[in-house]
Amino acid sequence: MDFLPPDFTLAYPELFLLVMVCVVMLVDLIVGEKRRYFAFFLAQFALIGCAVLTYTSFSSEINYTFSGMFVDDAMSDTLKLMVYATVAAVLIYSRTYIGVRGMFKGEFFSLALFATLGMMVMISASHFMTLYLGLELLSLSLYAMVALQRESTIATEAAMKFFVLGALASGFLLYGMSMVYGATGTLHTTKLSEIIQSGMIDHAVLVVGLVFIVAGISFKLSAVPFHMWAPDVYQGAPTAVTLFVGSAPKMAAFGFVMRLLVDGLGELVSDWQGMLVILAVASMAIGNVVAIVQTNIKRMLAYSTISHMGFVLLGFIAAGGNGYSSSLFYVAAYVLMTLGAFGIVMILSREGFESENISDFKGLNQRNPLLALIMMFLMLSMAGIPPMIGFYAKLSVLQAVLSAGYIWLAVVAVLLSLIGAFYYLRIIKFMYFDAPESDIPILPAMDIKMLISINGLAVIMLGIFPQTLMGLSLYVIQQSM
Amino acid sequence: MLFGFPLLSLVIWLPIIVGLIVLAIGNDRNTLLSRWLSLVGAIFGLIVALPLYTRFDPALSTMQFVEQYVWFERLNVYYHVGVDGISMPLILLNCFITPLVVIAGWEVIRERVSQYLGAFLIMSGIVNGVFASLDAVLFYTFWEASLIPMFIIIGVWGGPNRVYAAIKFFLYTLLGSLLMLIALIYLYHVSDGSFSILDYHQLPIAMTPQILIFIAFLLAFAVKVPMWPVHTWLPDAHVEAPTGGSVVLAAILLKLGGYGFLRFSLPIAPDASLYLADLIVLLSLIAVVYIGLVALMQQDMKKLIAYSSVSHMGFVTLGFFMLNGLGVEGAMVQMISHGFISGAMFLCVGVLYDRLHSRQIADYGGVINKMPIFAAFFMLFAMANAGLPGTSGFVGEFMVIMGAIEVNFWYAFFAAMTLILGAAYTLWMYKRVIFGAVANSNVEGLEDISKREFILLVILAIAVLWLGIYPFPLTEIMHATVDNLLEHMTHSKL
Repeated sequence: MDFLPPDFTLAYPELFLLVMVCVVMLVDLIVGEKRRYFAFFLAQFALIGCAVLTYTSFSSEINYTFSGMFVDDAMSDTLKLMVYATVAAVLIYSRTYIGVRGMFKGEFFSLALFATLGMMVMISASHFMTLYLGLELLSLSLYAMVALQRESTIATEAAMKFFVLGALASGFLLYGMSMVYGATGTLHTTKLSEIIQSGMIDHAVLVVGLVFIVAGISFKLSAVPFHMWAPDVYQGAPTAVTLFVGSAPKMAAFGFVMRLLVDGLGELVSDWQGMLVILAVASMAIGNVVAIVQTNIKRMLAYSTISHMGFVLLGFIAAGGNGYSSSLFYVAAYVLMTLGAFGIVMILSREGFESENISDFKGLNQRNPLLALIMMFLMLSMAGIPPMIGFYAKLSVLQAVLSAGYIWLAVVAVLLSLIGAFYYLRIIKFMYFDAPESDIPILPAMDIKMLISINGLAVIMLGIFPQTLMGLSLYVIQQSM
Repeated sequence: MLFGFPLLSLVIWLPIIVGLIVLAIGNDRNTLLSRWLSLVGAIFGLIVALPLYTRFDPALSTMQFVEQYVWFERLNVYYHVGVDGISMPLILLNCFITPLVVIAGWEVIRERVSQYLGAFLIMSGIVNGVFASLDAVLFYTFWEASLIPMFIIIGVWGGPNRVYAAIKFFLYTLLGSLLMLIALIYLYHVSDGSFSILDYHQLPIAMTPQILIFIAFLLAFAVKVPMWPVHTWLPDAHVEAPTGGSVVLAAILLKLGGYGFLRFSLPIAPDASLYLADLIVLLSLIAVVYIGLVALMQQDMKKLIAYSSVSHMGFVTLGFFMLNGLGVEGAMVQMISHGFISGAMFLCVGVLYDRLHSRQIADYGGVINKMPIFAAFFMLFAMANAGLPGTSGFVGEFMVIMGAIEVNFWYAFFAAMTLILGAAYTLWMYKRVIFGAVANSNVEGLEDISKREFILLVILAIAVLWLGIYPFPLTEIMHATVDNLLEHMTHSKL
């Protein structure tokens, strides 16, 4: 038997990033305390490099390598590009925040890049083992990042909770995968559907496996009832890490669901649809209702994330190119909004002052009208008010759900988002209607100010001109199915 | 399009762009610049809207000044605007009210002036967009976006209980709109992927979905109108809003609901409209009679006018669902006339409020001794509100009552009670505030209206009298469109 080396070209971005992570770690050992920003620039360079590699190799064909364990298609390339952009933005937003908290160290950047690598592997996996590998690389990096602030007990507690529950979820996932393997005899996502189609398998075993897989996925998406970790981790982690946990991994999770449920277990769509309906409704209900009573902005945004994930699941329930592409659009819109919201929370935090309470937003319009305006755009977008992007994301998901015949689900979803509108409006109320509690000026660094302005502008401009992102979502999903 | 020139887009976007400029360059040190810029912008907004009237062909019932471009292909959404005899007068009304609102806030608003003016101008453009949209997504975008500036206006420049009022206003309207969104997406689904409102007019729909669609639209529009029993947000919003906010709310935003019935409910679900007409008539009559009685008991002038608005808007919905020419046209006239009268009434209360910072009727009395010119204007508008012949208030009400008599004598009987009730609550309030001896030392110190206030009230007085004496220019332009609508409704869509 001839041994042919696998085609490495498809995995160049991953390999490049792996090398760069090692470089970041080594360089950080050599340079002194004064030159920490080296690591920052290297990390940004790594992301740009990956983006160039991914972009130049962008193809609308589906290519497999590493014995069919790794796939490169339009969806994976697009998701990866989105992940790079998100991580790069997260690093810029975090710069001053982690700087004054003594976390501006190589570890932060190398862990962030390792997590990025994990996400890339997840997005490009076409085998259960690769999927799991990527997932664990991401999760372990995230656990460590949450615990990065050693002196903070609340962060340590959050990390502990995250780790224990995360490990449990991974266990669920592995157990489910082993059941699927037991029923079908393969771990390749591409071969699964053929085998299931042949009808020569034990459907019961397969569905039991599916239940465990869906449970594992729900944990990663923080869908109710597997959401318990999210509020504690969001609140406990340093805000920079919260931003990281809440943004890019959701894109990876989207890819993960696509690979597992759609590519792999697409034949069982009628089985998992029912499960996702319950998860989606519960997420939207619990997320929106519980968010109302929160006084901590990070906790509130955690519950808001939970409800948004319910909406993402709606797209999967609708199924088909229409449904998945609207989910993808929703995830992209969600990440854009989350980036901005946590970005502003970090801008409001200073050395020795952690902006955590919603009341810290009081009178922001008087203190810094630009930030208040951007935050208003973000909140209206999350509430789904046009002409912000959040509305068009909801519109496309709802239209997919309705086309799939779930009228009641669409009605439930809009009524629950009405409840959601209340707590987003409360933030606007604090910013515009109340007098400020402190008059310390808010002076974000130039690059952060630029980025937040672009972010705010994107939320409204991509809403007024949604075709680009919507069309792209549809195109990549159609190319990859 | 007018000779290839996108006139309607200009009417929509000019105020928005000027509003953004005011927001961007305005600061609290140089408020005069923001004020003049806004006034010039608002007046230009009115001037560019005038060709909509002069170039309008009243013989046509189809859409005019149409512009259509692809907005986003993914969901087959178009930037599709156009006006007919129903929407054109409402756009003109809006463009007419906007400069008045800018003038009304001239000396009164002192905090964050550029944000205040910017919000009004942006809202003016958005409301024009609502009236002009012929694409459901475009319509919904403008419809919801109009909430944002109003929310800010009530919440930032409003009275003591403004936060409650602002949030109630926002959530109430959002509740109605979200179900409308579902109905629109459903229509998109059954029309094989079209968001064109005009396509929906021709779309055959079975009875059950028609009724559900009608109810979804009803919720959205009933909240906006507002109809009894979903009117409770309006008194709160009016009482807390600054004068300019109240004027726009009463004169313009309530008309969005009425307009919705004519553009969506009646033509899209004609069979359901016929089937449920009695229900709407019942709700409208309750609004006319019961809310009229409620208005009688109010101690707060703004609240009284707010309830009077609900009662008068009950006339509008009543007229629509008489489903005859007189009823629908009368209701349209009533909408325009209510825009002038309620705007003027709120301005009058604003004049008093700016001086004494009270809206309580009990705090006034004998104002005529100190402000005779103001009292004369207030008298005219109060009479118009009560429906005195010769004022615009009479024309609409009379037409609707005539339309109602054709359908059912008792409808007309109850509707006509508004002439008694309206006179009772308006004139009783007027008597207590204006006539009698000077009530207290505060009233003693009142000064008559300034030039600025005089200009505002004169303009509105002319409008009220003109429409009352010679309403033909208004009824002429809507005649063909209304006839076409009623003709359309005679064909079942089942």
